[in-house]
Amino acid sequence: MNRQPEIASALRELLPPHSILWRTEDTRPYECDGLMLYRQLPMIVVLPETEVEVAQVLRLCHARGVPVVPRGAGTGLSGGALPLGDGVLLSLAKLNRIIEVDPRARTATVQPGVRNLAISEAAAPHGLYYAPDPSSQIACTIGGNVAENSGGVHCLKYGLTVHNVLRVRGVTMEGDSVEFGSRAPDAPGLDLLAAIIGSEGMLAVTTEVTVRLVPRPRLARCIMASFADVGDAGDAVAALVAAGIIPAGLEMLDQAASRLVEPFANAGYDLAAAAVLLCESDGTPEEVAEEIEHMCAVLRAARATRIQVSDDEAERLRFWAGRKNAFPAAGRASPAYYCMDGTIPRKRLGEMLRTIQALEAKYGLRYPNVFHAGDGNLHPLILFDDGDPESVARAEAFGAEILERCIEIGGTITGEHGVGVEKLDQMCSQFDPSTREAFVAVKRAFDPAQLLNPGKVIPTLHRCAEYGRMRVSSGKLPFAELPRF
Amino acid sequence: MVANVSNQGAVTALREVICEAAAKRTPLRIRAGGTKDFYGNATTGSILDPRCYSGVLAYEPSELVVTACAGTPLAELENTLAEQGQMLAFEPPHFGRTATLGGCIAAGLAGPRRTAYGPCYGGVRDFVLGARMLDGRGDVLTFGGSVMKNVAGYDLARLLVGSLGVLGVILEVSVKVLPQPAAQLTLSFELEERESLDRLNAWAGQPLPLSASVWHEGVLSVRLSGSRAAVTDARGRLGGELMEASSADAFWVRVREQTHPFFAGVDVLWRVCVPSTLPALELRGMQLIEWGGALRWLRTSQSAGEVRAAAQQGGGHATLFRGEPGCDVFTPLPAPLMAFHKRLKSHFDPAGIFNPGRLYREL
Repeated sequence: MNRQPEIASALRELLPPHSILWRTEDTRPYECDGLMLYRQLPMIVVLPETEVEVAQVLRLCHARGVPVVPRGAGTGLSGGALPLGDGVLLSLAKLNRIIEVDPRARTATVQPGVRNLAISEAAAPHGLYYAPDPSSQIACTIGGNVAENSGGVHCLKYGLTVHNVLRVRGVTMEGDSVEFGSRAPDAPGLDLLAAIIGSEGMLAVTTEVTVRLVPRPRLARCIMASFADVGDAGDAVAALVAAGIIPAGLEMLDQAASRLVEPFANAGYDLAAAAVLLCESDGTPEEVAEEIEHMCAVLRAARATRIQVSDDEAERLRFWAGRKNAFPAAGRASPAYYCMDGTIPRKRLGEMLRTIQALEAKYGLRYPNVFHAGDGNLHPLILFDDGDPESVARAEAFGAEILERCIEIGGTITGEHGVGVEKLDQMCSQFDPSTREAFVAVKRAFDPAQLLNPGKVIPTLHRCAEYGRMRVSSGKLPFAELPRF
Repeated sequence: MVANVSNQGAVTALREVICEAAAKRTPLRIRAGGTKDFYGNATTGSILDPRCYSGVLAYEPSELVVTACAGTPLAELENTLAEQGQMLAFEPPHFGRTATLGGCIAAGLAGPRRTAYGPCYGGVRDFVLGARMLDGRGDVLTFGGSVMKNVAGYDLARLLVGSLGVLGVILEVSVKVLPQPAAQLTLSFELEERESLDRLNAWAGQPLPLSASVWHEGVLSVRLSGSRAAVTDARGRLGGELMEASSADAFWVRVREQTHPFFAGVDVLWRVCVPSTLPALELRGMQLIEWGGALRWLRTSQSAGEVRAAAQQGGGHATLFRGEPGCDVFTPLPAPLMAFHKRLKSHFDPAGIFNPGRLYREL
């Protein structure tokens, strides 16, 4: 039954006409997020402008049993904002005001549609910034960062979203306003703020976020080190940490990735090196000088073949520009790419890189690899042709096998991109049924009717049974036949 | 480096106790060393002691992660880390020699290093990466992991921090650890409360390696931790009087363990958490202020209502940390949040056997 006329007409009682989209040409831009493999037109898109409107929409949908999918900037890479054909897509894009920057308290209070980088820009005159810096920070919004617990290239030292958000205000599916956390430490009761952050929009719709701002270090310098072998580069990462150093940033690009981004970003990467390591130090000028010297010594001992230290801020930013432009560069080099997000213990990096190398031949697909080496968070970008169903199936099977290996060696299927719809199958492998039931219970505690972003993150028992059977019977998944939603 | 896991059968034994208690609906009071018996509302039940499950399960310094059983003595764990030049960055109070890791996580109390500033700041929850627990059905649940980043499923490991055992028995915890700072020193300033709060908040907005602060009776003490160069530079900028190193270490231990004279002979002690910029509380009594102004320990004869009202007006909350509770120990929750708590409790502990009432009467 098409409920579009009925729901649209009810929404018109609540919102001005320009805040409701239902024609296919208007809803088309919302059919996918950054994971373009999955597409679905929503029944209706709404763009509320206030928390009151958000609450009204949710109450209406709750009363009528209509599922709701919240969406920020749509840069997510796991399909967390994938619409439902019989659902309302709730865009938070118009809640985009910076409510307050309080330099003395080192906090900013913003609406969910404010872009990550805009917070740091607003705080800059006070010598402060918002630390988590996902590569998509010019576009992604803080509401989406809260949903995914986003990281970035500096989180080994400065933490993830969960470490930098003090308070989240939101609205439940039933339309109640609630606050999690507070401006004061250790808010009373269970730490529901931690549960909300990274909950992929399934527990409440974020309408306001208070973040912690930190003072900008006086100086930052970055080392670019080359290695003749990716395993050596992996060992160098462990050696740095073992030496008691917590770099401000510690990133790796393999040769395929450097060659991919260099023409695009002109970062000056060593294209002859099997791997390039970016290692940043920040602090006072004396502190940075001391630490850079220590880092260089460790890197040399770990068989770095070439070491270059940024001389000025422009050069440092150029080093990072290559890393941060890896995804757009992949988009230019291939019709489509599929970004993995597995995270493993640092000491298994070398081994994992060799494993993926072997899989490249098995699946016949290229995969430039960029990763947050300091966190053990890998982002192989599997290049494939989305116009060729067979290529799509191989890309998905390649990705799935990488994730299974991550679980086997004590890692996780997602470090910072979320499960969304993409990694539902691997959730069956990573978590036992009792733990998955606990996830369902948390979902029900916040959203008893299960109408808020349903079908994401937590696989059904049936789905896990199917997945288990297929893994046992063939050792390899016939992904094309699997029901996806 | 796998140490004495005294008894793998311990989990089975714990499970049996839980299942029996659940069947009979008789409460269990989860208690190891009993160092934090004073904390939280009164609870009842026969004692379930998780110390049978003890030992470090995995520790590799280059991973910056340690995984240990809940029954591991906190002192033993800290010694293991110190041998490798590392530490628990949230500097937890022990409140006695018998403190365990499980109790530390369940109480969720951090020490002086939980400053409101600096990159290595944090509370207990900021360093918990994963946990295993037994729920009220006797099922083992595994959340998070032992890697730095993990967004697979909801972050329920952190939910256990400060849960005071109301959701279940913590079995194992993976914690992010940090290298000990290369240099550390403490500076003192003779300053009144208002001036101290002003300075602390101004300093916190600058890139300074502040790792702890205490104001009490006209003296502000701040600790600097980090690289030698950063600590030397900051000392030059801040001024103040240098505290001798060994007495400085002892001083911070006294603050952390509440053996500082301020806490002596305490009958009623309030733990008032507020935004660090909140001006001096308008309450009678004595105070010791930590965390750059965000934690105000208060000894007062004023009523719970008055203390809570002052805290809440300032955007914070007040816990009756020590003393005979004539009121809820923790600030009551708004109705929608309490509804979430009750639903979570009913899933994790359907028979309502774990530490009934310790966190809130309703749980």
